Amino acid sequence: MLDRREFVQELLVDRKGLLVVSGLGSPTYDVAACGDHPLNFYLWGAMGGAAMIGLGLALAQPARRVLVLTGDGEALMGLGSLATIGVKQPGNLVVVVLDNQHYGETGMQPSHTRAGVDLVAVAKACKFTDGLHVSEMGAVGRVRDLVHEGGGPILVQARISSDDTPRVLPTRDGHVIKARFMETLNACETIQTSS
Amino acid sequence: MDDTSKTALHWPDAIYAQFRRVGIRQVGYVPDAGHSRLIELCVKDPDIYDVVLTSEEEGVGLVAGAALGGQRAALLMQSSGVGNCINMFSLLKNCGFPCLILVTMRGEFAEFNPWQVPMGSITEASLKLCGFLTYRVEEPDDVDDVVSGGCDMAFNGNLPVAVLLSQRLIGRKVWNK
Repeated sequence: MLDRREFVQELLVDRKGLLVVSGLGSPTYDVAACGDHPLNFYLWGAMGGAAMIGLGLALAQPARRVLVLTGDGEALMGLGSLATIGVKQPGNLVVVVLDNQHYGETGMQPSHTRAGVDLVAVAKACKFTDGLHVSEMGAVGRVRDLVHEGGGPILVQARISSDDTPRVLPTRDGHVIKARFMETLNACETIQTSS
Repeated sequence: MDDTSKTALHWPDAIYAQFRRVGIRQVGYVPDAGHSRLIELCVKDPDIYDVVLTSEEEGVGLVAGAALGGQRAALLMQSSGVGNCINMFSLLKNCGFPCLILVTMRGEFAEFNPWQVPMGSITEASLKLCGFLTYRVEEPDDVDDVVSGGCDMAFNGNLPVAVLLSQRLIGRKVWNK
């Protein structure tokens, strides 16, 4: 089983122009723990919406790679969005589900994945081009390659330990998170256009 | 275009023309009879990503993601779909995303199906509680102006705006088959 912090840290190494949407709860803390970045869109709510935010972003920014990093409970709440993404086939979108098989924020109640619901199988049935289960650090390089170069949409279900990790809290001000994300992206585009 | 053909302009075409004017690039929708012509127009437009949703709440995430990426988006839904979005609307308020929703009303006039009435009768109030500016349209000739104003409010001010297309405007659903 994977250590969530170690896995996310390795996944985001040398992230280049990657745009990251993090699902509420621990995935947001995991992404923040790698060091704050203006191209992180941290969610603190909107449960079930992370993958769709990723879709809107991926369609709007076809030259960029988009990573949605979320938890099993969040992904389960937005299961229909996998079908929606499958229809649209965004080649630049990868969803990585950090699966601890529990609802960590609410007292570690077991989630559907604990009972064997297979998100990779769901994604493949929803026309995702690729999907895989990972549970060892040896696989992180492959996942990182998929994030940066894989022909999406791709879903990776990463089996992480359910051990508690210290919370690393980014700003909760949604206006700030949005504004700096858009400013940074806009500045990158301006530089590319003028060069 | 003479006066006759101008008045005959279908109201969905007027909405589509406003989408073009303000540069809407993504349109999310759950298939709906009242919106069928507008959906067709959007699907045919190579400049618009048409995104068919399994539930309307997915559209709220889509709009937020589009805005983050620098594109304008609109959502098409029936009044029942507004109820599916309530919690997801918090994303708009928390971050100040613009949102334009065209709502075809059910359950308010000559409604065949009483199951549409509970949500239809609280649609506008629900939207207001969620922070939306709401504009109702009753007459086909008013669609262009109201949607135009709604677009400007949404995208100039980063505000959530809903235009409610009344059931009288859309017309009675025909149940003769």
